[in-house]
Amino acid sequence: MSDEEDIVLSELNDDELVEQMFDDLYDGLKEEIEEGVNILLERGWTPYDILTKALVGGMTIVGHDFRDGILFVPEVLLAANAMKGGMTILKPLLAETGAPRVGKMVIGTVKGDIHDIGKNLVSMMMEGAGFEVVDIGINNPVENYLEALETEQPDILGMSALLTTTMPYMKVVIDTLVEQGLREDYIVLVGGAPLNEEFGKAIGADAYCRDAAVAVETAKTFVSRKHNQLAG
Amino acid sequence: MMQPTELPDDASLTTSGYNSDSQGRILLLACGALAREILDLKRRNGWDHMALTCLPAILHVHPEKITQAVQEAIEKHREDYDQIFVVYADCGTGGLLEKACTELGVEMVKGPHCYSFFEGNQAFEARGEDETTAFYLTDFLARQFDAFVWKPLGLDRHPELRDMYFGNYTKLVYQAQIDDPNLTARARDCADRMGLEFERRFTGYGDLETTLAEWANRKP
Repeated sequence: MSDEEDIVLSELNDDELVEQMFDDLYDGLKEEIEEGVNILLERGWTPYDILTKALVGGMTIVGHDFRDGILFVPEVLLAANAMKGGMTILKPLLAETGAPRVGKMVIGTVKGDIHDIGKNLVSMMMEGAGFEVVDIGINNPVENYLEALETEQPDILGMSALLTTTMPYMKVVIDTLVEQGLREDYIVLVGGAPLNEEFGKAIGADAYCRDAAVAVETAKTFVSRKHNQLAG
Repeated sequence: MMQPTELPDDASLTTSGYNSDSQGRILLLACGALAREILDLKRRNGWDHMALTCLPAILHVHPEKITQAVQEAIEKHREDYDQIFVVYADCGTGGLLEKACTELGVEMVKGPHCYSFFEGNQAFEARGEDETTAFYLTDFLARQFDAFVWKPLGLDRHPELRDMYFGNYTKLVYQAQIDDPNLTARARDCADRMGLEFERRFTGYGDLETTLAEWANRKP
């Protein structure tokens, strides 16, 4: 413990610092993450490299340990909060430096549901993976989704629900897209604790995503497939 | 008046469940969170022909485990009783519990969860969108708030996470099944800890009582 307290981030070389940031992210140490980000910026790292190599790299470890039952929701939230601290510094710089953009996503929690922890995690990890994310918040009726889709023209629509009583509303949104002939324009990803793959298929989503890491991988796969189809 | 010592303690109901000694031809297979309420109804109505077995209430923290636990309990007890009734609502199983009960030929309580049937499913549904931002506590949950809410969410260790969990809620609705000033004070304290406004709403036993009464008086 005393060894950890003695670590001075600015005295570590780049590799050691990134490794330490992985640990600090794992432990949810927001101030240390912010300090690490600032040090790497001072050393000339690009915002994109800091994001992908230090923050997303660390958060991926957190995601794996959550999936494997080693970490639980409170620890993941602390880690996410720490990552958010780093992202707040990097976001304006990413916009300035023209980081690569993988695709665009509109995401929101469905009508009747105010839970957004999972959605926020997905948003953050998607941003970390190079997606532009437009988060329309909680308790969204179908009109909100349609409006955001029209305005933002994203590649992906993401919907989240935590309650068994609200998750059927995802089908309302998808059915409306079908009725309006818009369904094929978007990749529809759904997630939330009570959902499963079977439900995702039954309501006509493209995929159910078990957690934020899966959401990122699924989004990348679908977007690259879509781009390939367009190129073909 | 039943003495408190005759009631099962909350910690046992949360983690172990409950088995009544009474012999009956009907078994009520219930959630531990409903044990005291069902025992009270049994006593007041003289429903001695209905025995009670409760599964640990803490299953609600992992609702995906409820269906299998209930199925196994039905299989275990069905030889010993003429009839079994499941005193659970959907309880976050997404229809799986209802499906399992239907397949096993067993009836269960209607509604999405106990907050709904205590208030009365129709009344609860009618509130609908007005209460999207309400967090509900029953008598049992007011007594077991730490075991069901505070500790599983890690707020005992990381109180700074509170607003990440509850930031979108606006009020805590305490649905009182009985009049107990101590419980009301406790529920109010829960609201304060969560940073939410407090509302007390007396529900009594709602649809739980009418459902059990119907089952109790049904001809075999």
